[in-house]
Amino acid sequence: MNSAVKVYNVKKYFKKTGKLIEALKGVSFEIKRGEIYGLLGPNGSGKSTLIRLMSTLLYPDCGRIEIFSHDVFEDENIVKRMINRVSVEASFFMKLSAIENLRYACGIYGLPFGKSKEHISNMLEQVGIPKNRFNDPLENFSRGMQQKVAISRAFLTAPVLMLLDEPTTGLDPKAKREVQSMVKDIVREHDATVLLTTHDMEEAEKLCDRISIIHHGKIVAEGTPENLKERYSAQTLEDVFLEAIGVKFEEADEDE
Amino acid sequence: MNKGDILKEFYAGLAVVIRNFDLVKRYWKWEIVFFAYTIANTVTMGFVGKSMGGGNRTILYMIIGATMWSYLSVLFEVLAETVAWERWEGTIEYTFMSPMKRITHLLGTCGFAIVYGMLRTFLLFIIVAPLFGINLGSMNVSATLMVLAIASISFTGFGMMGAVLPLISPEKGVQVVHIFQAFILMISGVYYSVNVMPKWMETLSYFSPATYALEAMRKTVLNGEGIWSIMDKLAPMALMGMLFLPLGLFIFKWGERFSKRKGFLKRNG
Repeated sequence: MNSAVKVYNVKKYFKKTGKLIEALKGVSFEIKRGEIYGLLGPNGSGKSTLIRLMSTLLYPDCGRIEIFSHDVFEDENIVKRMINRVSVEASFFMKLSAIENLRYACGIYGLPFGKSKEHISNMLEQVGIPKNRFNDPLENFSRGMQQKVAISRAFLTAPVLMLLDEPTTGLDPKAKREVQSMVKDIVREHDATVLLTTHDMEEAEKLCDRISIIHHGKIVAEGTPENLKERYSAQTLEDVFLEAIGVKFEEADEDE
Repeated sequence: MNKGDILKEFYAGLAVVIRNFDLVKRYWKWEIVFFAYTIANTVTMGFVGKSMGGGNRTILYMIIGATMWSYLSVLFEVLAETVAWERWEGTIEYTFMSPMKRITHLLGTCGFAIVYGMLRTFLLFIIVAPLFGINLGSMNVSATLMVLAIASISFTGFGMMGAVLPLISPEKGVQVVHIFQAFILMISGVYYSVNVMPKWMETLSYFSPATYALEAMRKTVLNGEGIWSIMDKLAPMALMGMLFLPLGLFIFKWGERFSKRKGFLKRNG
């Protein structure tokens, strides 16, 4: 089985203040097993909607998504065991400690407490959380540290597909670099496939094997970073974006 | 489901219970504030009973209403606000994308609510009883515990139905839950007998498990009646439990599918 993810003609509409908004207008793409696939687009382009569809949190209005040959909506429970996610917000019980949050995260995936205790400590150490902070409430952690705990939460359940939804947005440059290198290391170590959404061109180029550019709910270009630059005779991915869309990246933001 | 799957669901349910106790521990200051509020309410009702005359029996009538309502409210609120709480904390997407079955999620929440509610009610009674010199000499302990157990099951189903409101209406759901709760308080004879209400309201009261729970509790605590003599209260309560639990789960799952179509299954902000 070479394909990890197949997305066929997925459409999603939302009603907002009486207006019908087309968040995704027939998106199709494929991710190969073991690949880090980047979805690059401005705010409101449909990246998070796609991630939420793959996370089983949304139903599509049209189309089909397969994860390791399982339909996300028909085989929801099988798919749920295969995936995990890191989102732009760390999304924890902030008053609880890293240990308490991760113990809950392991538990709801059916992992026994005895076994998970050691597993959690090892994972936290691996992402660089000092042992003396394990029992501190997460509200006392920096954004970068919270995001590292979020990454360890996602990998604790040994997912074969990792959905990274803007995991470095809002981090300072040092924390961003640390999280990026951690993602690369852990992904290789766990032999996972990754879908990374980002609006950071540098990050996409650094981490991704292949990239799609999404705009107004449509994929407008796809290829390896080198391939895309060559195709659009561009120096950077920002230039690729300008050529493919006709607008500068920073001017392309839409309302979510 | 094989043995391995059952174990996984057991660990998942236990994780929900432990997480809720972890949250109680971390929010202990708020726990004290809300508990002080419950004590004040219960004591007020005790004094209302005292001012009405009738001695120990009237005071106890009111205090049973207040403590039982406090217990049922905890069950209902913990369940009904389970979605709203996670939406506010920002963890809702992680909980709902986990492979834990929805029934496990909800029963784990119920398990916590029952243990937490019982401990809280027991503590409340220990604090309030000496203030009024309450005599529990005539209480039938086993029948009282049976009432609590059956009331818990029927109210759990009720809570599951309530929990769907914040799921399908992120903005107004919690407020509607509180309106629903106030309505149950009004029709269930918490502080008065249901026969003082107009006939149509009295008819409505028969659809609330709290009505039977309160009537049964007063009989076992005040008159020392046994299980057989309160069977007319236990049977409808048990029937409601059998009906409301699957109905609550069905409604919740419908609400979840609705939210997934509309895109409501996400954190605040």
